Amino acid sequence: MTIIDDLVKPPATGVRPRGVSRREGWQRRLPLLPALIYTIVITQIPFLVTLWYSFQNYFWNQPGGAHWTGVSNYKEVFTDPSFRSAVVRSVTMTAIAVIVAMVLGVAVAVLLDKKFLGRGVVRTLIITPFLVMPAAAALVWAGPMLDPNFGLINYLLEPFGVHHVAWLSTHAYGSVVVVMIWQWTPFMILIVLAGLQGQASDVLEAAKVDGANAWATFRELTLPHLRPYIELGILLGSIYLVNAFDQVRLMTNGGPGTSTTTLPFYLYQKVNYAFDVGGAAAAGVVTVVLTIIVASFALRLFARVFQFEEAR
Amino acid sequence: MTAVTAAEAPSRTSRRARNRARELTRKTGWTVLGWVVGIAFFLPVLWMVITAFKPESAAETWPPKFIFSPTLAQFRLVFSGMGPYLEHSALATVGSTILVLVLAIPAAYALAIRPVKHWRDGLFFFISTKMLPIVAAIGPLYVIALKAHLLDTIWVLIILYAAMNLPLAIWMIRSFMLEVPTEMLEAARLDGAGRIREIIEVIMPVVIPGVVSTALICVIFAWNELFLALNLTVTNAATMPMFLISSVPQEGLYIAHLSAAATVASVPVIIVGWVAQRSLVRGLSMGAIK
Repeated sequence: MTIIDDLVKPPATGVRPRGVSRREGWQRRLPLLPALIYTIVITQIPFLVTLWYSFQNYFWNQPGGAHWTGVSNYKEVFTDPSFRSAVVRSVTMTAIAVIVAMVLGVAVAVLLDKKFLGRGVVRTLIITPFLVMPAAAALVWAGPMLDPNFGLINYLLEPFGVHHVAWLSTHAYGSVVVVMIWQWTPFMILIVLAGLQGQASDVLEAAKVDGANAWATFRELTLPHLRPYIELGILLGSIYLVNAFDQVRLMTNGGPGTSTTTLPFYLYQKVNYAFDVGGAAAAGVVTVVLTIIVASFALRLFARVFQFEEAR
Repeated sequence: MTAVTAAEAPSRTSRRARNRARELTRKTGWTVLGWVVGIAFFLPVLWMVITAFKPESAAETWPPKFIFSPTLAQFRLVFSGMGPYLEHSALATVGSTILVLVLAIPAAYALAIRPVKHWRDGLFFFISTKMLPIVAAIGPLYVIALKAHLLDTIWVLIILYAAMNLPLAIWMIRSFMLEVPTEMLEAARLDGAGRIREIIEVIMPVVIPGVVSTALICVIFAWNELFLALNLTVTNAATMPMFLISSVPQEGLYIAHLSAAATVASVPVIIVGWVAQRSLVRGLSMGAIK
């Protein structure tokens, strides 16, 4: 269970990639081409088409098909307060879920790093939420868990003075975030646990001999050691959670009102309920631009986390 | 140490005993805490499974029932309606995973063993596609699928799920290929082995376990996917997550039925995940953590 550094390390063979003959160069490129072409075609073309439609007036439910409208879709997007609030909601929801999941993840990982009876079984129990189909998790939380009249959560909280709370209508945002946290904490646990198990035990022993208390040891030694793992967990968790759709669609359908309408759900609604392909495309283009800005930082972080070596 | 006096000896043993007792208390403490946390995380899953065995009338009661006579009625109902959805999910999952491996293994080779000049840019190109929000292109994707006659077919899911999992698979398989000992590759080359032989005889035997765990991770993500399936399929290719949605009726009692459907839909992937537990971290971190 150790880190990271050889992932992006240069070729295993030590054969210099530079200075190979032209024929050899193509022979090297050949195995890469199918995957490269496939990825370019499947992931880039839809975005080019999106760019095209963003300048078109195109509604599913109106005859006549698409026609050019210039930037009017963009004007609409930028003046639409619900787009802006969907962006903000997506960002805050992702941030809260990822950070809480990470804090819990570190705590539980520290616990799982101790030796105790049945640790393997407990570990297995704990990773299970991550494996449950998100659609199933959303529906089970919305029904058997959070139902106001017979949900398990209300039953468990009754001793604490909670009486038949309709969580999905009064605390919709929080409920969705809780389910996200429940599903993604195991992910963080696994990543942090790998970090803990990669920590050299002699350093910790030395700290103990020097009389450092547990908290100081954790703060001064363990946490800095965990840093790349935590960064990686936050980065990957954010990539997945910012696109989270299932929970919103199946637990609250974006409501009540628009209180849980995240960006993915906003775009989904625009295409499926407003039939507004052009408007959705413009909102999509803006989303992609925002994503590229964030992603360029994320990629830099990636490079740092992976301790990218210069190619030899 | 022969000079231990009679007076010292008992105090030393008692100290040792005290230490052992303290050690035991601490271990008991961690055990209790560990199990409490474990069960807390698992509770919703457990509740889902318990509810699945209830008759509908016992599922919607206050207070919730913990003692009831279990029934398989809900499962029977689920199995009777699930056939086509299960088939579509299986085809989309297996098909896309095979496609991913066919594309990813040679690509990983070209990024690890005999690398192309810009192998680093290649790696980052693949990972960057993972950050593009597919939701942004959903309208156009629908139009493209419609024009290509792929709408509501398994093919559209296979194609898109493969694209979705390909970056992860390339990064992960590459990380396994980097573990192939250089000496083995050199020995094979001295023997005059070409690329194909090198891949089949030297690399594959070493990376097969890695390829299997990569495949399992791809299976998990493809099986669980809802957004694309919901937007691009209706009936001819509707998958298990959509079956779940269909098990929630507009009115009437449904909690037990839903729980049974959710259990059936989740169990395959839960088992895959438990089996692949050891390599789960590596897959989820794109091969970054071993």
